[in-house]
Amino acid sequence: MGAIDDGFEALLEPFYNGKQLTDPISTKEDKYQLLPAFLKVKGLVKQHIDSYNFFVEHEIKDIVRANRSIRSDQEKDFWLEFTDIRVGTPTRNDYSDYKARDEVTPMECRLRDMTYAAPVVVDIVYSRERKKIVRKDIPLCRIPVMLKSAKCCLSGANNAQMEIMNECPLDPGGYFIINGTEKVILIQEQLSKNRVIVEADEKTGGVSASVTSSTHERKSKTYVILKKDRIVLNHNVLVEPIPIVIVLKALGGLSDYEIMELVAGGDARYQDDFLINFDEATKAGVYTQQQALEYVGTRVKMGGPKKGRSMSAPRRSPVEEGLDALANIIIAHVTIEDLDFYPKAIYIAMMVRRVLMAAHNPKLVDDRDFVGNKRLELAGQLLSLLFEDMFKMFVGSLKSNMEYFFKKPNRTSAYDPVGPISSQGQYITQGLNRAIQSGNWHVKRFNMNRAGVTHVLSRLSYIAALGMMTRISSQFEKTRKVSGPRALQPSQWGMLCPSDTPEGEACGLVKNLALMTHITTNAEEEPVRNSIFSLIPGVAPIRMSTGTEMHKPGNYIIHLNGTPFALTSHPKQFAARFKTMRRRGHISPFIGIHINEHFAAIHIATDEGRICRPYIIVKDGKSRLKAEHLKLLQLGKATFDDFLRRGVIEYLDVNEENDALIAIKEEDINQSTTHMEIEPFTILGAVAGLIPFPHHNQSPRNTYQCAMGKQAIGAIAYNQFNRIDTLLYTLVYPQRPMVITKTIQLIHYDKLPAGQNATVVVMSYSGYDIEDALVLNKASCDRGFGRCQVFRKYTAELQQYPNGRKDRLGGIQKGEDGRTIPKHACLDKDGLAVVGYRVNSGETMIMKETPIDQTSTGIGSDRGSDDFRPAAINYRIPDAAYIDKVMVSNTEKNTAIVKVQTRQTRRPELGDKFSSRHGQKGVVGIIVDQEDMPFSDSGLVPDIIMNPHGFPSRMTVGKLFECLTGKASVVAGLRDYGFGDAFRSHPVEEMGKVLVDHGFSWEGKDYFTSGITGEPHEAYLFNGPIYYQRLKHMVQDKMHSRSRGPRAILTRQPTEGRSRDGGLRLGEMERDCLIAYGASQLLLERLMYSSDATQVDICERCGLLGYKGFCQTCGSTSQVTQMTMPYAAKLLMQELISMNVGVRMQLEDKFPHPR
Amino acid sequence: MPHKPPTTEELERRKIVGIREETITDVTSTDFPGHYPGEDHSWDIERFRQGFRVEFHHNETFEASFSLIGIDASIANAFRRIMIADIPTLAIETVFINNNTSVIQDEVLSHRLGLIPFKGGHDGLHKFIKWYRKPDDQSQLDSSYFDNNTVSLRLEVKCEHNDKAAAGETDPTKLYKHAHVYARDIEFVPVGRQLQYFSGEDAIAPVNPDILIAKLRPGQEISLSMHMHKGVGSDHAKFSPVATASYRLMPVITIERPILGRDAEKFARCFPKGVIGLEKVTRKEAAKKGSGYEGHEGELKAVVRDPMRDTVSRECLRHDEFKGKVKLGRRRDHFIYLVESTGQLQSDEIFLEAVAHLKKRAQFLEKQVMNMVR
Repeated sequence: MGAIDDGFEALLEPFYNGKQLTDPISTKEDKYQLLPAFLKVKGLVKQHIDSYNFFVEHEIKDIVRANRSIRSDQEKDFWLEFTDIRVGTPTRNDYSDYKARDEVTPMECRLRDMTYAAPVVVDIVYSRERKKIVRKDIPLCRIPVMLKSAKCCLSGANNAQMEIMNECPLDPGGYFIINGTEKVILIQEQLSKNRVIVEADEKTGGVSASVTSSTHERKSKTYVILKKDRIVLNHNVLVEPIPIVIVLKALGGLSDYEIMELVAGGDARYQDDFLINFDEATKAGVYTQQQALEYVGTRVKMGGPKKGRSMSAPRRSPVEEGLDALANIIIAHVTIEDLDFYPKAIYIAMMVRRVLMAAHNPKLVDDRDFVGNKRLELAGQLLSLLFEDMFKMFVGSLKSNMEYFFKKPNRTSAYDPVGPISSQGQYITQGLNRAIQSGNWHVKRFNMNRAGVTHVLSRLSYIAALGMMTRISSQFEKTRKVSGPRALQPSQWGMLCPSDTPEGEACGLVKNLALMTHITTNAEEEPVRNSIFSLIPGVAPIRMSTGTEMHKPGNYIIHLNGTPFALTSHPKQFAARFKTMRRRGHISPFIGIHINEHFAAIHIATDEGRICRPYIIVKDGKSRLKAEHLKLLQLGKATFDDFLRRGVIEYLDVNEENDALIAIKEEDINQSTTHMEIEPFTILGAVAGLIPFPHHNQSPRNTYQCAMGKQAIGAIAYNQFNRIDTLLYTLVYPQRPMVITKTIQLIHYDKLPAGQNATVVVMSYSGYDIEDALVLNKASCDRGFGRCQVFRKYTAELQQYPNGRKDRLGGIQKGEDGRTIPKHACLDKDGLAVVGYRVNSGETMIMKETPIDQTSTGIGSDRGSDDFRPAAINYRIPDAAYIDKVMVSNTEKNTAIVKVQTRQTRRPELGDKFSSRHGQKGVVGIIVDQEDMPFSDSGLVPDIIMNPHGFPSRMTVGKLFECLTGKASVVAGLRDYGFGDAFRSHPVEEMGKVLVDHGFSWEGKDYFTSGITGEPHEAYLFNGPIYYQRLKHMVQDKMHSRSRGPRAILTRQPTEGRSRDGGLRLGEMERDCLIAYGASQLLLERLMYSSDATQVDICERCGLLGYKGFCQTCGSTSQVTQMTMPYAAKLLMQELISMNVGVRMQLEDKFPHPR
Repeated sequence: MPHKPPTTEELERRKIVGIREETITDVTSTDFPGHYPGEDHSWDIERFRQGFRVEFHHNETFEASFSLIGIDASIANAFRRIMIADIPTLAIETVFINNNTSVIQDEVLSHRLGLIPFKGGHDGLHKFIKWYRKPDDQSQLDSSYFDNNTVSLRLEVKCEHNDKAAAGETDPTKLYKHAHVYARDIEFVPVGRQLQYFSGEDAIAPVNPDILIAKLRPGQEISLSMHMHKGVGSDHAKFSPVATASYRLMPVITIERPILGRDAEKFARCFPKGVIGLEKVTRKEAAKKGSGYEGHEGELKAVVRDPMRDTVSRECLRHDEFKGKVKLGRRRDHFIYLVESTGQLQSDEIFLEAVAHLKKRAQFLEKQVMNMVR
């Protein structure tokens, strides 16, 4: 058996009917087969897993290496070094030595509310009495493990092993389990780091270039701003912007001529524009590097980033301050070696040049929304950020622990760091857990303050879970009314799904990955640099060149991750050679290169978070993909990565895409074509891939379906009945859609479907189908159509209190006749509900009791009551349910936990929501007996009748096509017809032909007879199977009414909401109607008598409230009268009085009695 | 103006429902009094007797097809509706679950059991089993079951490892005993007089013993007993004696102008096999002036052979070459029924019961009306 039975072979089945495996392979028809091969190694959820793997296997080691040594200030001889760090496999935290097996499965963590985490161990070397001591495998902390990552026990498991672990083989993985809940770290979208972005300010006409430097030490933002013809440099650390010439002078004492050369080169326009800046330096009296450094140094903010510096350190001179700021803080990602400031000067000069260019030609500003300027942050990166911060804190606290030890005047033993490491390390564990649990990413060091990074994995349906894994959340504020970031960017093509975005406030900000997108991980810069210099001729290091050389026309500066590092005069040749190098596998395939003609620059990108996508390479008008490649793939003798190595395929990132000419089909290839698409429908994401014929629908309809597909009830996972989730919906008889797409097969929606193929007739029927309502066949419902189950979880934890008392189960109450009271009818002797019993509203499921005394110590006379107070968990939903499961276990804290799962089976009822896959939702308007339904010649009766008015305005032609294709498949008995992929679906004309061959009308409209009159309908009715999804919104969960009921304590007004048996609000708009109509008595009744009317005593003399006919203020009963007023008004009055605001009521008889 | 009695063509025309390319015309019948001035269309039993005809096409247990000719749509529809919703059958109504450790939930299992059609002795089902009425008082429930209103069934299945299974076997049905629970595993528990009505061949048993009810794995067990009651399809689809009962109208294809040669072949392809035949134009026809056959002797012409086989796909109306040459329609008073029994009752029997049911209802109504008038 293969490692994972993922149904890969089935995916290679040909698209359309009549094609056998033995038929000749044509690259034109079968190139889509690369897609399943791709998804086997990359894509969808794999980016999360890759990113996490990169973190636990490489990044974490780098972080520790960067912070490896600790030296004591007290004891000069003592030192400690972390030599290695390793992440183990997940284990139980309640570890004890006698346990034979300590591995934990994700399912156990989910059920027992544990954290799925693995121990992290470190190797250390430290000195003890001048000897080197090596200690290995010291437990440091526990780190949550991403499911299906390299550290997870599910990685590489086959179906049988998965089954033993109670895990679903189709589960995407890529999430964490923290305290029993599944948490996803959403992909975060950000502006790229360490890249210069030039922007124009519309209002002031100024131009600014900014760069966010990000290194392991710090993150900061530097600006070069052109304002009123003068250019300044600004940074957070500076008190005020500094004229650019002073900065450039400070960086290595460049002469004016050299500065001019670096910035403007030989171009007179830029020289003229820049000239004025020299005056600024002259005005400030700065001529030398020394003066410049002093100028900068005096403007560096004190405190700030150097807060940690101890007071004992000598105060530095302004020159030193300036040097430090320029070397380490401003544009920190350009590192300074041996005080050589020239590279940084070049960098700043480049920024200045970009500003000058943008000032001349407004088209040369950068587009913030361009996907090439964005980076995606994945779980691994976010975790590494957090871990880095935490590890530094850990090192700090370990050091202070050490100092505390060495401070002791007479020590009894040598310092042993093992204990402190483990005890301080638990803060890392807690910190990581807390961050993933709450989603709050607070990293002080980097000024990072993000909330909502993680979300609970939605398990409403398989698609909901999968959709969550591909979701990208943007850092933009949702409230801002800018359209730019929300708009569909042309550069999103193929990378981000154009359809899958929510409606409303997050529209366009939350995106989803397309099917073939890959997100890069970090690649080392150094090997790239070395191989460029050693393998490609005609490249000179930029360090050796002057400004004139750099900006000579025809010379291109080569940037590596945004930093200039070399110069070439043959850019095209260079790029071509570089690409060849990449295709041959000398460097990582994910390194991108593109030429920017406007700035005479070549950009090479090796950084992480770039979005890229594979393409077939085309050379000299011929596709590199040959039939033999596909043959090898079908035989299982080659994988996607093999093709990558053989130069058949390569990854292009968004920037490099701009240098490519990509043919969509093989017939589009011409001499200048460089690449070819693997499959056009991969521009859509996984969720949009469910829609058949999406290219025939109006685009918003596809977007609506993307939102609704996630609410469809269906199969969640193969292990759905082993799970105990807070709320779980399943369909009793889910069906594979009649019309599927290749995407559906790829993401295994056909194995975990969420819907049923309903026979739909499009006609007007009964008038109960207006406004998108549906007519359902009662017999269909009897036979199980749309039947669903709702599972709910009820948990009780049996706590232990500090005084040793514990919660307990039991205490079933008996009535006077000796029988258990009805409320406890479903309880067993152990105080837990019996599996299979029916629980009604108000009945107890878990009879928990808590001790009344939780505080007494039990020593001496301090002994509390031995009695227990019932703390039962009752079933509160009005509709009865059955007990499905009862689970008793222990949590990590060793307290007992009881989970009871209830189950309801629901058949469709009036008002339940259904939807097709084309954004056409509707509620059930009426359920009609079978005999009243129209029937066709063959006796066919529809399951659903849909109103035809749903079509003209929605323009969902795809739905008509789905119906027709489905019908053709059904009558022919061949599922091969049933493909509705975007851009390559089967032509419907052929479907019409199949229908005619089987004696149906070519357009799908048939003769129907009315079931009520028995006479024929006057029109032919369009009918056929359409896949319908049952959505989670059900009447049973929503219907609510109340006559009298509970009231809020404070205001005495009726409570709000169904769960509190609340009243129905007569809101302000309804109130306005009543006012306008003049129904004053009704208004009074609704707003006061039926709400919070109270009788109050008011003293007419002082205008204050009295009590029992007596005014306390005036001390008399003489002028106290009674009146009715809203309690809220009375409350307001009293609250104002309590705040020292005088309130008086002046009463007046509107209709005085005639005396 | 004196009224002329309608011609035979006119009468024939009135009986046809028009099948046009996009619409269906003359949907309602017009042979009721007062529709045509001067014509009396009041219902007359003698005329009905003369016009009414029943033809059987085929008659099997699970499927019967027959034509009723000469009745009104309302009556034909009433039969259809009664067959679906009002003919009582016996089906599992209550399931008492003793133990169910399978993956399939109690409700779902019960629902599946309910939908299984059962068969049994004709006399027993028709004469012996009476309606069951649920008592209003819940405490009386146990004493409401009798041998003539409740049939008891039992299902006891336990899945175990099969020791005889070959090593490396992956098929669960061979690897385990009772891995699949089928309808044939349901046991009939006769009580009282049921022994004499339902014994031997006549025992209560599932119509199709191969209906899969559930799948089990070793250690899982289903143990339950069931009560069957009489019910009607209007209450729940499981009581409906038919999978479907429907009718269609007899298609009428009129070739108004000759369709010859290639066109004739294409025309034949527009219909299911056997509807249109191809014949050679005879000399006699060719000789006839104004027939459209002049000079086409020996060529193939399309003739209508068996219109009943037509599925009314209207394909011939789509092609320009047949424009004006063919007219489609359906006979308003010729109903071709298709009754598919689920197996408890014979398909033809269901129809007869429907007739009886309608009669009973009509008599009941008559009585009520009489009472009303009185």
